[in-house]
Amino acid sequence: MISLILTIIARDLRLSLRRGSTTIMVMGFFVMVVIMFPFAIGPEQNILQRMSVGVIWVAALLSCLLSLDSIFQSDYEDGSLDQFILSPVPLELVVLAKCIAHWITTSLPLIIITPILGILMNLPEQGYFPLILTMVLGTPALSFIGGIGASLTVTLRRGGVLLSLLILPLYIPVLIFGVLAVKATIGGYPATEHLMLLISFSLFSAAITPWAAAAAIRSGLE
Amino acid sequence: MGFSVSDKISDHLSGQNLACIRGDRPVFSNLAFDLPPGRALILLGANGSGKSSLMKIIAGLLPATSGEISIQGQNILGDKDWISQNICYLAHKNGMKPELTVAENLTFWARLERHDGDIREQAVKIGIDHCLDLPVSYLSSGQARRAALTRILCHPGNIWLLDEPTVGLDSDGVALLSGLMNDHLTRGGRILAATHIELGLEADKSSVLNMADFAYQMPDIFEESLL
Repeated sequence: MISLILTIIARDLRLSLRRGSTTIMVMGFFVMVVIMFPFAIGPEQNILQRMSVGVIWVAALLSCLLSLDSIFQSDYEDGSLDQFILSPVPLELVVLAKCIAHWITTSLPLIIITPILGILMNLPEQGYFPLILTMVLGTPALSFIGGIGASLTVTLRRGGVLLSLLILPLYIPVLIFGVLAVKATIGGYPATEHLMLLISFSLFSAAITPWAAAAAIRSGLE
Repeated sequence: MGFSVSDKISDHLSGQNLACIRGDRPVFSNLAFDLPPGRALILLGANGSGKSSLMKIIAGLLPATSGEISIQGQNILGDKDWISQNICYLAHKNGMKPELTVAENLTFWARLERHDGDIREQAVKIGIDHCLDLPVSYLSSGQARRAALTRILCHPGNIWLLDEPTVGLDSDGVALLSGLMNDHLTRGGRILAATHIELGLEADKSSVLNMADFAYQMPDIFEESLL
């Protein structure tokens, strides 16, 4: 089973590598959104510093949203999804593998360039490590929750906008606790509870998504 | 081999009383078919007569509104384990990623479908071996179809569901395909194919299922109430 999951992840990673542009565009979008804020608000360091964590987290949510509809869309269009359903691999495992691949191709690159954006937003020194830690712990939930949305809209021709409307409200808890954890650490308070909540969001969505998304895909194809 | 008559009958893949409603539109009703090993069933019918729907029902991609499909006394409708081992489905769409090479696509499906046949050997049979290392996006539609057919050849399943298998194929390709289909029938395989052209199957091995015979008819009760 594990090797099958790895096979699907490897295929999706290879696909993303060959397409090339998606990951780079998502990273570019992430950088652009964050860069907009100093322009809009002005270069006052105190204000930027206070907003930095929130802005980076919101930009990460929006960037993640950009590539969500690609999780199942191309497989639906070229008929691979039918073959996945017919194959001996449970569709739930396919969903799990594809969400993990989405995290690797979308969230991981965002996490890697986050320190650069921290400099841009004048993030306090002691905020870098907690920010990256919260993103590592929280972004898997974005890919998994997004997987449910992508599976619901896969058969719609223009599902992208609906997908954003469906999914963004569900991202709010991750956003709140992601930002709170970093702010607590910067302020010198323990952030253990916030981090544990973030982990629980990720684990919970990882447990729910395969079943929910597989059911949505099956009923969508009918 | 000493099969008794009843053994032979139970070995047939047979559908009874099948009906399909998609959305609000009845597609077919009261459909029955019988497919013994080593035989092909050709689905004929106008566009929209339910050829693809019937295949999707057999493949478990669509639920049947009523009826059952059984083999050896066991209902296989929606039996995912049985379907994944025995049914090999070639849809309209090829299920090939344009970014990956033919060989990468085929290896991926081979791993998922848990068989380890020699892909190149099968590709030679359908005349696509020279394209194995090309991305599918470089192929013509006929070549892409041949690549998809290679997946069928690698698949261990006994029952081939072929939805318009000849789309895009040139006359050479059709000839190769009909040879391979005859081989499959000789090995005791079964084929269910929807097509608009002559597939060149041996006459004593194939029969025809005309979808027009099963077009949905309004039940008598409704007709009476309309009068």
